[in-house]
Amino acid sequence: MRDSIKTGRVRSAWRWSANHVFTLLAVGSTVLVLAPLVAIFIYLLYKGASSLNWAFFTQIPKPVGESGGGMANAIVGSGIILAIASAIGIPIGIAGGVYLSEYGRGRMLANAVRFTADVLNGVPSIVMGISVYALIVLKAKHFSGYSGGVALGIMMIPTVIRTTEEMLLTVPSAIREAALGLGVPAWRAVVSVSLKTASPGIITGCMLAFARVAGETAPLLFTAFGNAFWSTNPNQPMAALPLQIYVYAISPYDDWHRLAWAGALVLIAMIMVSVSLVRYVASRGILKGAS
Amino acid sequence: MGVGIRVTNLNAWYGDNHTLQDINLHMPANNATALIGPSGCGKSTFVRCLNRMHETNPIARATGSVMMGDLDIYKDASPVEVRRRVGMVFQRPNPFPTMSIYDNVASGLRLNGFRNRRVLDEVVERSLRSAALWDEVKDDLKRKSGASISGGQQQRLCIARALAVDPEVLLMDEPASALDPVSTSKIEDLIFQLKSQYTIVIVTHNMQQAARVAENTGFFLNGKMIEFAATHKIFTNPTDKRTEDYITGRFG
Ligand SMILES: Nc1ncnc2c1ncn2[C@@H]1O[C@H](COP(=O)(O)OP(=O)(O)O)[C@@H](O)[C@H]1O
Ligand SMILES: [Mg+2]
Repeated sequence: MRDSIKTGRVRSAWRWSANHVFTLLAVGSTVLVLAPLVAIFIYLLYKGASSLNWAFFTQIPKPVGESGGGMANAIVGSGIILAIASAIGIPIGIAGGVYLSEYGRGRMLANAVRFTADVLNGVPSIVMGISVYALIVLKAKHFSGYSGGVALGIMMIPTVIRTTEEMLLTVPSAIREAALGLGVPAWRAVVSVSLKTASPGIITGCMLAFARVAGETAPLLFTAFGNAFWSTNPNQPMAALPLQIYVYAISPYDDWHRLAWAGALVLIAMIMVSVSLVRYVASRGILKGAS
Repeated sequence: MGVGIRVTNLNAWYGDNHTLQDINLHMPANNATALIGPSGCGKSTFVRCLNRMHETNPIARATGSVMMGDLDIYKDASPVEVRRRVGMVFQRPNPFPTMSIYDNVASGLRLNGFRNRRVLDEVVERSLRSAALWDEVKDDLKRKSGASISGGQQQRLCIARALAVDPEVLLMDEPASALDPVSTSKIEDLIFQLKSQYTIVIVTHNMQQAARVAENTGFFLNGKMIEFAATHKIFTNPTDKRTEDYITGRFG
């Protein structure tokens, strides 16, 4: 009797400490994960914020030797290239994910698509750049913003496919059956019910893919190439923030180094703003009590 | 108006599992027919054959004929056409969580391309009234998600959603088994009223429920229909020994 009370107490003491140890571990890991992110952002602010001024957002780069100038053309160029990439990567990725989860269960083709997506995910970005260079730039005989968009768009596809598939698989079959039971054609049930129910997760996946390619430099080196002047024509070589940062960062001029830091800060801020904006717009339609 | 349903030599399989064997019965128009029997005897499978939902499962197969009025649903119509004429209410309430109460009820029409706002408003109100839910939700129609109301209300919302496409037959697979007694009795009252406009097939584990709402009752056991007769006869004077054993609680 006494013994069992004692072991009971020992056990609960152990449980108490185990509980706390695990809480500490969890908090510790969270801090560890967040620390680099916060550190990078603070460092960027420290290095880059001082070079941010109106000219940075309105002017194009000045020739070597002249001080001042900005990255307006690169900011706009990145926007155009990323819009093209999203217009390619998101629809194809979502369509692929729908195929995998709704139609492709256990089929050979589906397994092939899954395998391809995983391999594509592992292809180094420089290889993607060279491939698009060979397939598009060489044929067109000139660098272009759209070829950069194609390279980044292809890189978005695997992430969008796999998150779409996974998110659709979490939609309860009861909801699918409810739609079919109303005499809704299968394709319509997928688009208006399954995709809509899974949309918060799918949007997160698209944003993840977007943020990942927004900072890519290597695929743009042989495609968009960069441009020191205004270039809003996607059929011409186009400036992009990562390219501009790259060129400035490896230059020997202090002035350009400062601009590179400012460019990096703007790039991160652009990603954060667009992700938050999409989340905000997406969350506005959510109803009271929707799960 | 409801239509009569005549089932002839219906067989159904999941893979090699011969789940329904030679089912024959006639369910008269504008009646409620109850289906009873132990778990796993094939009641849900049977009901899902009546709106061709069974075949959405890739391993499932069915043979035989099901006539709804003059329509042979396996020969003369596509699954989509059949399901527009045969509404279904499932065991667990399954409103669309991303849609408002209004949109849930309107979904059957909207997803089939119907857009007229004024007619939709009318249909939504009429369906919610038929499902005895209008007074409880009329102030929150477009504000609240279909998943935010109570379980009993959700099930009546699902009934309203099924009624909104104006079916002839309403299939209900244990519609009250996940609900509390008050919600259950509301659903039973509802079935009683809906009979005047629809032919109702209701699966139930609750024999009192069958006795309260249904003119006829079928007893299923191991994929066969053992007995089909007027409800009071099944419950007071069954012909088959196995029916009697089940009714008196000797198994199942
Ligand atoms: N999706 C399914 N896949 C394979 N077998 C199934 C499936 N659904 C039901 N079955 C089988 O069919 C038989 C009848 O099931 P069901 O129609 O659900 O019975 P009930 O509704 O009377 O409880 C059971 O043996 C069950 O194992
Ligand atoms: Mg069942």
